[in-house]
Amino acid sequence: MGRYLLKRLALAIPVLLAVVTITFFMVRLAPGGPFDMERNVPAEVTANLNAQYNLDAPLWRQYVDYLGDLARGDFGPSFRYASRSVNEMIGAGFPITLELGLYAILFALLVGMPAGILASLRPNSAQDYVPMSAAMIGICLPSFVLGPMLILVFGIWLGWLPVSGWGINPGDKVLPAITLGSTYAAYIARITRGGMLDILSQDFIRTARAKGLSTWRIVRVHALRGGVAPVVSFLGPALAGLLAGSFVVETIFQIPGLGRFYIQAAFNRDYTMILGTTVFLSALIILFNLLADVVLVWLNPQLRKNL
Amino acid sequence: MIKRYFFCVLSTLVVLGLAACSDDQKTPVELGNEQQILHMGNGDEPSDVDPHTTTGIPERNIQVALFEGLVGKDPETLDIVPAAAESWEVSEDGLTYRFQLRENARWSNGDPLTAEDFVWSWRRALLPALGNQYAYSLYSVRNAEAFNRGELDDFSEVGVSALGERELKVELTRPVPYFLELLDHHSMYPVHRATIEAHGREDQRGSRWSRPENFVGNGPFVLKRWVPNQVVVVARNPGYWDAESVHLNEIHFHPVQQPSTEERMYRAGQLHITNTLPEELIPRYRGQDHPALRSFPFYATYYYEFNTQKPPLDDVRVRQALAYSLNREQITDQLLQGGQTPAFHMTPPGAAGYEAEARVPYDPGRARALLAEAGYPGGQNFPSLTLLYNTMESHQRIAVVIQQMWKRELGIDINLRNQDWRVFLASKRSGEHDIARAGWVGDYYDPNTFLDLFVADGGNNDTGWSHARYDELIARAANADDEQQRLNYFQEAEAILMEEVPIIPIYFYYRNHLVAPSVQGWHSNAMDHYSYKGVRLEAQP
Repeated sequence: MGRYLLKRLALAIPVLLAVVTITFFMVRLAPGGPFDMERNVPAEVTANLNAQYNLDAPLWRQYVDYLGDLARGDFGPSFRYASRSVNEMIGAGFPITLELGLYAILFALLVGMPAGILASLRPNSAQDYVPMSAAMIGICLPSFVLGPMLILVFGIWLGWLPVSGWGINPGDKVLPAITLGSTYAAYIARITRGGMLDILSQDFIRTARAKGLSTWRIVRVHALRGGVAPVVSFLGPALAGLLAGSFVVETIFQIPGLGRFYIQAAFNRDYTMILGTTVFLSALIILFNLLADVVLVWLNPQLRKNL
Repeated sequence: MIKRYFFCVLSTLVVLGLAACSDDQKTPVELGNEQQILHMGNGDEPSDVDPHTTTGIPERNIQVALFEGLVGKDPETLDIVPAAAESWEVSEDGLTYRFQLRENARWSNGDPLTAEDFVWSWRRALLPALGNQYAYSLYSVRNAEAFNRGELDDFSEVGVSALGERELKVELTRPVPYFLELLDHHSMYPVHRATIEAHGREDQRGSRWSRPENFVGNGPFVLKRWVPNQVVVVARNPGYWDAESVHLNEIHFHPVQQPSTEERMYRAGQLHITNTLPEELIPRYRGQDHPALRSFPFYATYYYEFNTQKPPLDDVRVRQALAYSLNREQITDQLLQGGQTPAFHMTPPGAAGYEAEARVPYDPGRARALLAEAGYPGGQNFPSLTLLYNTMESHQRIAVVIQQMWKRELGIDINLRNQDWRVFLASKRSGEHDIARAGWVGDYYDPNTFLDLFVADGGNNDTGWSHARYDELIARAANADDEQQRLNYFQEAEAILMEEVPIIPIYFYYRNHLVAPSVQGWHSNAMDHYSYKGVRLEAQP
């Protein structure tokens, strides 16, 4: 297991290097620079501005310098947010995005798994169709539709919950977590149902039934561990997707997370910020996939043999 | 069993949700009304609060609270009022200004504000290495441009000097009738030398002096807290010379980029003042005469510019044909419905008592004749032109309507191309476009800010058009002794511009935003210039 982990981690380095290289040159290829304004400024001013940020050096030189800084863990200063470093911005935004992502996953699990299990117990009955249809709607409903709908109902008509912010007003974390989590809840419900149906049709379950065990006991003791394995392998990429994709929800709810910084950076041509967040998120995605694999191995002893 | 588990989970969620909210909880706006805390929507996250390195409106809205220039503007009338300077004298020839600073003007750390502070600050704003993109707003000061471009190293030759502790002398290159208008631009704000030097080089962008823990300013408020993408909090500065007229204890600037989010925040009692209002909601708010809706003309023009270097747009008849076939009223009244007024000339009315007399007519018949004269009767053989605009719903709608108008009236086909903002700027600069969308917001409240755009060597003249008489008129207006004479020069220049049409004006901007009824003493004005002095919050009975 230890060797396997080391091998996976070593593989991550060339992947990250490729990410840095491709991103570095791609953002430079995009037309427009970080200091372009609608108003034309004297060429001398722009030249001085570029000099302040080392943008006047040849591109290969900038690339080498950037790699050097990166090796020391320094993502550089933000071009757009002059008095802040990229490290600082990630440090401010990431914990919030992570917290939001965890709540969303928690919500998704709490709603999705029971719904999936319920559906799998009586396939092709109302108990199956109702939660699965709801899940289908959940998958189809994008967060930029669901979010404003929830806000309208719970924030404005009923006045129960704040419509924006994060940790400012009590209860302001509820709606964003539900909005972000609902799509995943729907996926999890469907995946759980599939996994459970797979297990429930196997011989050892029939044996358990024949012995007269209650449905609840069969699910809890015999079927669940195998049935949720697909959910676990979904969780790694899902959490990574939540972190990288929370931008829409962060914008709707005014949450100062990493997703918003990331997208703004792209529009602002904030080169260091784009690179920094990309590298950081790539590293996270690699890490989460690795963790998901480890948990899978733990759940399924058969996989251990192949390590 | 399963059902019971499911029920448990659901009820836990409901309880968690409900625990978070109770019915008698006060909204931030209600709390703010009690504690004199104003919540404002402020567009983008500010890039910094350093007045010499920023260029945006969100930054300016905060800087107005944190700093104070020599003079200010009355938010109601836009008249110049004394600020850090209590009085000033202008020499006969209009070239020399002497400002008397207030005796009780102080920095927020207690240091007195001196004339030397202004000299040092303007020097910093002009330092070439700082890369201040708005340094040009100081260019009317003698030798300021040469110093900023690195052609002159000795700052003592630049026309700003301290005559003692509280007297500042400013010398100009040529008389600038609107010079006082420029003085409340953030590039002209003083910054605290000791603080800047303690946290980095004077020409260093983004040193930590502008962080809340280090910040020193001379405005009615000081920087208290700044959480990126969440909030910037400024608190009342007790040492401010006019602290008596400051009633607010704090202002919270919320960076809300989405107008629809902002509007929901207003409705949920989280904002007193929104930065804007979603376009699609404006007609509804106007229809119901909403008490919070503030609508007012904004000193800005929406227009299209032609690339006059490229055929067939180098032919004035073609440009006139395109300009004369636009039904502007249809665009403002049926498409936009946000209070915008159709623009038949470049300069919005209002400033300096100037109302342009020149008109671009709406005359499709004449437009067709002109196009035929230019060799394209009924649009035959007319080359396919591209209209470039930056990606935004409203630009798109206007472009589509104008495309149809040209097709219907002139029988010509125009391709539409939208690009992301930065790509759009790059394309426009490279001169690849035929027609491009543009908007200009007055830098100061004077017609000159619109008309000097189109002089031959104007840094913002992207049309490639030049006209010797036009340049001469703008230069004469700058040197005119008599105000009426100056406005006459502008009238003549504007007539040339509307005859030659290197640009087609489309509409004059209108601003719409929401201001809660509890906000007293808030004045919306054509420069969208904020002033927080005199603003007070009163809870409604």
